Amino acid sequence: MNRPRLAVWKFSSCDGCQLTLLDCEDELLELAHRVDIAYFLEATRAHTEGPYDVSIVEGSITTSDDAERIRRVRAVSGKLVTIGACATAGGIQALRNAADIGDYLSAVYAAPEFISTLDRSTPISDHVDVDFELRGCPIDKGQLLELLSALLVGRRPDIARHSVCLDCKRAGNPCVMVATDTPCLGPVTQTGCGALCPSLDRGCFGCFGPAESVNMAAMVGQLRDRGLDDVGIHRLLNTFNTGAPAFGVES
Amino acid sequence: MATVPGCFVVTPSDLSALFGILDELGYRTLGPTVRDGAIVIGEISGISDLPIGITDEQGPGRYRLRDGVAGAWFGFAVGPQSARAHLSPPERPLLEIRSRGPTLEFVEPEHHTERTALFGIRPCDLAAMEVQDRVLARGPHPDPRYVAARDTTLVVVVNCGVPADTCFCPSTRTGPRARSGFDLSVTEVVDQTDHYFVLEPGSEAGVEIVERLEHRPADRAEVNAALATTEAAVEAISRSLPEQLNGRLLAAADHSRWDEVAARCLSCGNCTMVCPTCFCSDVRDTTDLAGDTATRVQVWDSCFTLGHSHLHGGSVRADTRSRYRQWLTHKLDTWWDQFGQSGCVGCGRCITWCPPGIDLTVEAAAIVGGG
Ligand code: SF4
Ligand code: SF4
Ligand code: SF4
Repeated sequence: MNRPRLAVWKFSSCDGCQLTLLDCEDELLELAHRVDIAYFLEATRAHTEGPYDVSIVEGSITTSDDAERIRRVRAVSGKLVTIGACATAGGIQALRNAADIGDYLSAVYAAPEFISTLDRSTPISDHVDVDFELRGCPIDKGQLLELLSALLVGRRPDIARHSVCLDCKRAGNPCVMVATDTPCLGPVTQTGCGALCPSLDRGCFGCFGPAESVNMAAMVGQLRDRGLDDVGIHRLLNTFNTGAPAFGVES
Repeated sequence: MATVPGCFVVTPSDLSALFGILDELGYRTLGPTVRDGAIVIGEISGISDLPIGITDEQGPGRYRLRDGVAGAWFGFAVGPQSARAHLSPPERPLLEIRSRGPTLEFVEPEHHTERTALFGIRPCDLAAMEVQDRVLARGPHPDPRYVAARDTTLVVVVNCGVPADTCFCPSTRTGPRARSGFDLSVTEVVDQTDHYFVLEPGSEAGVEIVERLEHRPADRAEVNAALATTEAAVEAISRSLPEQLNGRLLAAADHSRWDEVAARCLSCGNCTMVCPTCFCSDVRDTTDLAGDTATRVQVWDSCFTLGHSHLHGGSVRADTRSRYRQWLTHKLDTWWDQFGQSGCVGCGRCITWCPPGIDLTVEAAAIVGGG
């Protein structure tokens, strides 16, 4: 049997999402059996040329080289799926989008003249067609396996788009907003982590980006009622998914 | 003084033997216990697991534990959970299909039917079980897993003496005293001088439990004291739901109030997750990495998700206004047409556990009252 050829690509990112693939310890052998891992630098130096049946893309586009390279990746890929907050929303590095890139460069680098970068960090889907976006910072291992399993048999991945709250309640948690006044982004955040933070008595940080239906005005009112000031609200909403339009706050 | 037939008095130290008796009779016991700043329903094995001396303070979008009457066993109202998670767990595997060479193997996971005592559930929760029975056990398509769990569940209901600010069971006629449907009913009488429980068995199993406990027949004064606790609860409850909502909310489908509530609603679905009568579920089919096993799982769903009304081409209820309206009209209005009763038992959970504190009694009143 001809195994589908899989490639894993990295753009501007921390490698954590690719690592989730290697973290699938129990399933890794089965995966290697089902697919031909043709390009995956984090796992192996050996690689073979395209085309590839499935490309998994991590990271955002932050340089003009990135912007060209993703087009080449798209051209040699059958299905192209993006993984993680960087690839799907621009990542934490999209904080630059609302600032002056020159200020950032001179604050961070001793010799900014050697840095060549775009003034915005953008998701892959701003540049090429994407077949599926898997959210999270980092992505969830179970969701990644679900995505791969679905791709392999050619069905739609079963990835829920609703709020974290549903999974929080399914897990039997009393709500931290209601019981302890802890600010929580669960109501506006897409599920995927199994309500990890609220299960540990913390508010949701919004790692999986906006849920399918976001009422940000009402959410901001709730955060304020739970003791966050404007700066606190701004900080909470502007992390890994700061580039997601639905997480923008009108000030 | 004359004793009252069918009513028995048990002291706190004698009632603490109940847990051992339930264990001997082959039941695991689920009951109220403190976790994560709330009184939840968990597996309990003795009185040290109970929230003794603790009370809850509830309001729209707000819940706090406080010190209550010292020594009281049941000085609190309902928490975020109900019998629902026991009778229809949030996630249940339904089917596994394995490909074995040229054939398919269909494997149905075994039903979980551990004999369970629900200890300390409240009259509204018992009423909610009966609401769900009509849907899941006595309808045209009974859910065998629900029926199996229901048939092996023993109910020890506790009548309410300390309602929360969010309770409104008198207006839905579902509390604060349970009239039927229990195996054993318990009313706590606690004041400066006395502390005892008045027990009323409602089934043979309940009779057997009372027989195994140290008990004596209750006299008229003791029964009156028990009745007085729930009468005081009725007095203490100020919230109410408008009566006769059948047909009236749907008739106001274009009311501007739906827009106002949609502006506050987060569409998070918490209300439906805590409601003890909600029964919607989603069925998820997945395959494994090897591609030779398909799994079908049933999970709690909510009318606040887009997927809930996804038909060909998209979601029928795409905005929050239509989703909130669906929740309220079904629960309070069209439930009557479907099942001959209201879908609300007045427990107040959806008020307390809605982060923005949207109150259905206020919304319903505003909509049918033209306000
Ligand atoms: S703790 Fe957060 S995620 Fe959980 S129900 Fe409350 S708001 Fe939603
Ligand atoms: S609608 Fe609200 S008050 Fe009524 S039964 Fe459900 S959770 Fe309780
Ligand atoms: S009514 Fe409250 S709990 Fe229900 S979906 Fe809206 S915000 Fe969430």
